Amino acid sequence: MLSEFDPRLDYRFPDYDLDTLIARLRPVLPADGLLSAPEALRVYECDGLAAYRSLPGLVALPRTTEEVRGVLMACRDMRVPVVARGAGTGLSGGALPFPGCVLLSLSRFDKILAVDAEARVARVQPGVRNLALSETAKPFGLFYAPDPSSQAACSIGGNVAENAGGVHCLKYGLTVNNIAALEIVTLDGEVLRLGGEALDAPGFDLLALMTGSEGLLAVVTAVTVRLLPMPVHARALLAAFGQARHAGEAVAAIIAAGVIPAGLEMMDQLAIIAAERFCNAGYPTNAKAILLVELDGEEEDVAIELERVAGICRAAGATEVRLARDEAERLRFWAGRKAAFPAMGRMAPDYYCIDGTIPRARLADVLDEIARLSAQHRLPVANVFHAGDGNLHPLILYDARRKGQLDRAEALGGAILELCVEVGGTITGEHGVGREKINQMCVQFSEAELKAFAALKAAFDPIGLLNPGKAVPTLARCAEFGAMHVHGGALPFAHLDRL
Amino acid sequence: MPTSTVSDEVEPLAAEVREAARRHYSLKIRGANSKAFLGRRTMGRVLDLSTFAGVIDYQPTELVITARAGTPLREVEALLAAHGQMLAFEPPDFVGGGTVGGMVAAGLSGPRRPFAGAVRDFVLGVTVLDGRGQVLRFGGQVFKNVAGFDAFRLMAGAMGSLGVILNVSLRVAPRPRAELSLSFADKWPAAQARLGELMRRPLPLSGAFHDGKRLHLRLSGTERAVAHGVAEIGGDEGPLEIWDDLRHHRLPFFAANRLWRLSVPGTCQVGDLPGTWLMDWAGAQRWLVTRAPPQAIRAAAREAGGHAMLYHGAVDGEDVFDPLPSPLMDLHRRVKRALDPAGVFNRGRMYEGF
Repeated sequence: MLSEFDPRLDYRFPDYDLDTLIARLRPVLPADGLLSAPEALRVYECDGLAAYRSLPGLVALPRTTEEVRGVLMACRDMRVPVVARGAGTGLSGGALPFPGCVLLSLSRFDKILAVDAEARVARVQPGVRNLALSETAKPFGLFYAPDPSSQAACSIGGNVAENAGGVHCLKYGLTVNNIAALEIVTLDGEVLRLGGEALDAPGFDLLALMTGSEGLLAVVTAVTVRLLPMPVHARALLAAFGQARHAGEAVAAIIAAGVIPAGLEMMDQLAIIAAERFCNAGYPTNAKAILLVELDGEEEDVAIELERVAGICRAAGATEVRLARDEAERLRFWAGRKAAFPAMGRMAPDYYCIDGTIPRARLADVLDEIARLSAQHRLPVANVFHAGDGNLHPLILYDARRKGQLDRAEALGGAILELCVEVGGTITGEHGVGREKINQMCVQFSEAELKAFAALKAAFDPIGLLNPGKAVPTLARCAEFGAMHVHGGALPFAHLDRL
Repeated sequence: MPTSTVSDEVEPLAAEVREAARRHYSLKIRGANSKAFLGRRTMGRVLDLSTFAGVIDYQPTELVITARAGTPLREVEALLAAHGQMLAFEPPDFVGGGTVGGMVAAGLSGPRRPFAGAVRDFVLGVTVLDGRGQVLRFGGQVFKNVAGFDAFRLMAGAMGSLGVILNVSLRVAPRPRAELSLSFADKWPAAQARLGELMRRPLPLSGAFHDGKRLHLRLSGTERAVAHGVAEIGGDEGPLEIWDDLRHHRLPFFAANRLWRLSVPGTCQVGDLPGTWLMDWAGAQRWLVTRAPPQAIRAAAREAGGHAMLYHGAVDGEDVFDPLPSPLMDLHRRVKRALDPAGVFNRGRMYEGF
């Protein structure tokens, strides 16, 4: 299991004296800002990837940038690893504690510091929930675009760490495209401001480098986000297809027609059935695939364009096209999609959500291959797909209580990710590498590339204390993983042209 | 792990990099040399990328194009236009005709920037030669990709100081079906107030600049969306060509021999500086021709929450980019060393001794 850190393949840090560290941190933090009792630590043993668990040595709950700085300086001096955590909703084990680490929870950084409606920016602390941003901006006719499915719970700091996406990013972009500035604290105790309210900043784009860096470079203590004017009108349609291939062709045809939908989602038959059982969204359960297409903008314009999209879907072979008649029906269309993950809970005791991106043109081939892998590993897979941007979420159904099923699920997930790389995609579209995909990084990147990532990390964190064993594998780990993965004497995918 | 292979075409470039690293001299990376004016004056041996050219892959329905660094920007734009697509950040193309690699390295974006995003928002992946002469691929050809650090975005605007860009994958956008230019006889303060109000509304704006006398707005989208926008906004319709002239700096204003660029929040007031202004990006990019001393210009931009750059006309040794606070500068030095340990690439182009 990857949740077990291996000192040979990950990192080893010198033992430290817990009482000395506690004595050092007490004066830095508020009285209730340091947890060390085992039952208190237990709460932090995992994030949204609950199959991976490990205990921190201490949990620090700072409220101010100065307190964060104090914690980092103490950890640096005593060579104690630090794992930053937002709301703990991440799906790749990015906030999984390194054994004995200081877990730095940013949950008390929960204030919206300023909203400037005229400049369309908000400055917030990293513990602010994603959805709270849009709720705060709403009275001004504005919204914050990235909307990961965990948006009711996840925090903006975690969104920055993961470069979170959501169902609307085809049109509105990812976190990196929607933030203006960060305040960060480095392990040296420097408080730096990256970016700004202007549209660019002098020097390197370190704001972009920080976004998606999974807590490996520095700790974020404030975020300035950009807000967008809320579209006046949104409408959706549902198209059903007798073959997944036809749904894929419809997606390509919509894009080719110059339409950029606000949302463009696909579900396969197992996902449709699960969602329908869970919330009666009215999905056609006999369809092999459905597409949900949402357009937003001026009312009459949306109506005209949605008719065009309906025509494109019919031409691509849709067996049925339904235009949402009203807002209630539009929300019902989405309810099924949004419930896709919890719906899996009704289909099997456990499910494992995979997150890869593929070139859209390869969708039908990839779905066929996933079906083959699913049969080979004897576990069912349902597929939901951010079809507009090629981000695939296969959901592997398993039962952790049955011997060997979790291992099989992990192996099947790994095989699907390697397939994504093989067809020219990537092992993670929005969930991050974290701990979960650390081995697959060895498939996607060369030794020189991984060394470059390690060098970039060292530019920020020369002693490697921030979130060790995540996101960027050691070469020792890749050597071991590669050795396990040699097929017929050849490295996996050695034949691929690495453009 | 995949092995990084160096193709026969890349090997001569890699050999030059290794040689420069071994003998400690600087390389001046050059595409079409159309932006030689940009950045500090530097010495060094020219590393010519202009013949490393050609579109490698373009699938219009994937919304991605991959091209070699020396590919003329004009060629890429013509290919995209033939398929009803475009580079949404509208990079400028200067006399001589720029290349794709130079476009990414310079990081310049055109009038659509506040509405669509900048170069860095559309770079999906790059292949570079690092300072050891190794071929590294960062990012890829898909839009959603969070594997590894976003080192590819770091290349946008880094002025070639972090690596030799070999290939670039860019996200492309559909060309709007309708486009229209409007103008108002507003002085700047009135124009800024009008923009403050318009920018908060969901309108199909794709450009907003003030030429010193008038505010010009561009609307882009479907026929219906643009018609609706015109009805909402009003103003006098004018020729669309002015946007190309603005984008490629062909307006007479840009002929000044010493030109400052202030990047500031669009809604801010910049302190009193003598000279003539052209406001683009709804006020977020302000061009200034002035005799004011550099320190006064930089201080005013910083005071307003932004920064100033001496866009062209710098004399030898003169700073171009805003100096960074020292802890941030130290971090820049460490990031540079991570990818270019011997300091081979475009030494001094961004900052002195860097």
